Amino acid sequence: MRIATMRATVVAVGMLGLLDACGSSGSGAGAATTTATTPGATAVCKSTTQNPGYKNGLTKQPNQATSLSGAGSTFVNSMMSVWTAAYASAGGVQVAYQSIGSGAGIKQVQAGTVDFGDSDAYMKDADIALAKGPVLQVPLVLAPVVVTYNVTGVASGLKLDGETIGKIFAGKITSWDDPAIKSENPKVTLPSEPIATVHRSDGSGTTDIFTDFLTKESPTWVTALGGATQSRGKTVAWPNGIGGKGNDGVSGAVGQTEGAIGYVELGYALTQHLPYANVKNKSGAFIEPCNQTVLAATNGVTYPVDLRFDLTDASDPQAYPITGTTWALIYQNQTDAAKAAALINFFSWVLTTGQDMTSAVNYQPLGKDLQQKCIDQLKKMTLNGQPIVP
Amino acid sequence: MTAQAGVDVPVVRPQGRATRWLGGDGAFRVAVTACSAVVLVTIVAMVIFLLVQGFDAMRHYGFFSFLTTARWAPSEATATSSSPNPYGILQFIYGTLITSLIAMILAVPVAVSVALYITNFAPLRLRRGLSSLVDLLAAVPSVVYGFWGIFALLPALKPIGGFLASTLGKVPVIGVAFSGPYFGYSYFAAGVVLAIMVLPIIAAVCREIFATTAGSWKEAATALGATRWEVAMVAVYRPSRTGILGASILGLGRALGETIAVTMVIGNYVLSINKSILGQGATMSSVIANEFTEAVEPFHLQALFVVGFWLLVVALVVNIIARRIVAAQAAL
Repeated sequence: MRIATMRATVVAVGMLGLLDACGSSGSGAGAATTTATTPGATAVCKSTTQNPGYKNGLTKQPNQATSLSGAGSTFVNSMMSVWTAAYASAGGVQVAYQSIGSGAGIKQVQAGTVDFGDSDAYMKDADIALAKGPVLQVPLVLAPVVVTYNVTGVASGLKLDGETIGKIFAGKITSWDDPAIKSENPKVTLPSEPIATVHRSDGSGTTDIFTDFLTKESPTWVTALGGATQSRGKTVAWPNGIGGKGNDGVSGAVGQTEGAIGYVELGYALTQHLPYANVKNKSGAFIEPCNQTVLAATNGVTYPVDLRFDLTDASDPQAYPITGTTWALIYQNQTDAAKAAALINFFSWVLTTGQDMTSAVNYQPLGKDLQQKCIDQLKKMTLNGQPIVP
Repeated sequence: MTAQAGVDVPVVRPQGRATRWLGGDGAFRVAVTACSAVVLVTIVAMVIFLLVQGFDAMRHYGFFSFLTTARWAPSEATATSSSPNPYGILQFIYGTLITSLIAMILAVPVAVSVALYITNFAPLRLRRGLSSLVDLLAAVPSVVYGFWGIFALLPALKPIGGFLASTLGKVPVIGVAFSGPYFGYSYFAAGVVLAIMVLPIIAAVCREIFATTAGSWKEAATALGATRWEVAMVAVYRPSRTGILGASILGLGRALGETIAVTMVIGNYVLSINKSILGQGATMSSVIANEFTEAVEPFHLQALFVVGFWLLVVALVVNIIARRIVAAQAAL
């Protein structure tokens, strides 16, 4: 009964989101088909974004601790620093976030040395087994991973499909004027120069999102890496190319190397003025990564109760296919009343007021249905086994 | 004021009071011995620490199995399978040695020339300025060298790398070592950055050595009708060869362990030995810097400690060999 209602809500909200996207592109129901052939997707992206203005935060808990410590994902760091600064100046508590990487964040959570962790890849059952108890995994923002390149004379919007990207990163396509790239981009002048692939040299949630997409869309990639279990992860055995440390390392290497192609969070491509590709999604449309197309990736997604899900290769006609999220990791059962109160207050703020600050740093706010589920997730927190929020 | 201070200096202690504490010598000896012991203890503790931290991985895969493969693929590691070892480190040892070799080939001749110029050829007014400029190079933090390497050196090396790839790269046999395409990030670029980083160390030590060569030798050589060049070679360079080797070892030590600047320009390719010096690779220190924060695969972190252990071994072995060479030279 409860699940049925939830599903109905998801579908309803999903359709609402689709309508929003269509409305903003100004072409009604035909928008999805136009994106495939004309720069219609750009029209979707250029419309101004509205802050969601969520008001469904939890009741403020009294007697909260004066500080919180968190650690994990580097990808969420620029967002987190905006949040922690704004939260402190808005009368909240001091939140110290160490940007040490998703894997290290999970480790710190398992060791119980921080109040919360953050990871771009959700904790698997094996990870949770090493923790001190059940962990709430709460998505905080959405973000696209963009395929960025540095080819003289080629601007943003080069059309690439998953198999082509997979072949490039597997070393099967080695020149920019390869027929596979040319055939999708007849109007673009592609030089005959070698392709340098750039990937993350450190373990990374960004890599996880990107290789998840490649694994779903590129059989060549899966074969080259020796099967689907090897072809996706925070680290994979890259068959060739340049390794860059962090998102900035990859965007720097792409910017410095003529003929390079790499993958980074959208914000890094924008700040470095690097062009990025429109990637073919499941319905066959080439989609530009932006606020609307990232949000579209959450349309029609049925979220599991533990909120562990992938957003890559979504079925919505306007969905950008390489979309991911980042999860806050919080122990479900807290033992310190003051810390528990501070955690609920902070994350309730992040999921409501905090969502209005995402566009400033090129992240995308959570869709309405997902945001509500995250709030519900927070409500599950207990203090020594007793529920905190009524 | 200085006169005042001068008056104060010779303190005359009251007669009859013990001016020497007889235990002083013993206490001093104990103190300096303890301080020296700290150095030894630190080294031993470090080796033990690395072995203990890497023990699980060594036990699981076998002590020497890390040295028999050049494939580093943490994502293929599983908690149970112990063969093949996914943490091969030969390519990192190769990377460490090849980048250091490139650095030494480029840096030593230049450093020696710089030191010779400063001590023997430069006008007196220039010497002090040049010396401090060289010293200043040594004070630049390595992350700055890395940044400079990415944004200035890589573009500047591009034509050189392209030229090498299109000429030497086409030659049979040695062509493998110079084959393209050249994208910038490479062993070669890392070697050049290292060369610039070790140059001031070698140059500074050589300068001191050249400055201490006996003036009488120079005068004698000049009196015998030697040209300035001959004086520099016979009276300065020849007697200093052992010192130059020693200086080079200091530089080599830095090159072997240098991390950040190398990590930023070497390309961080870890899956095999890249035979071309114009291709991407990794060094032992760069792989540690890159991966330790996210070492979440089974035995991943332990394997990085194993890399650290072998890095220490390689550094010690290279140092011992170099010291032997210096000793042999000095005996001549």
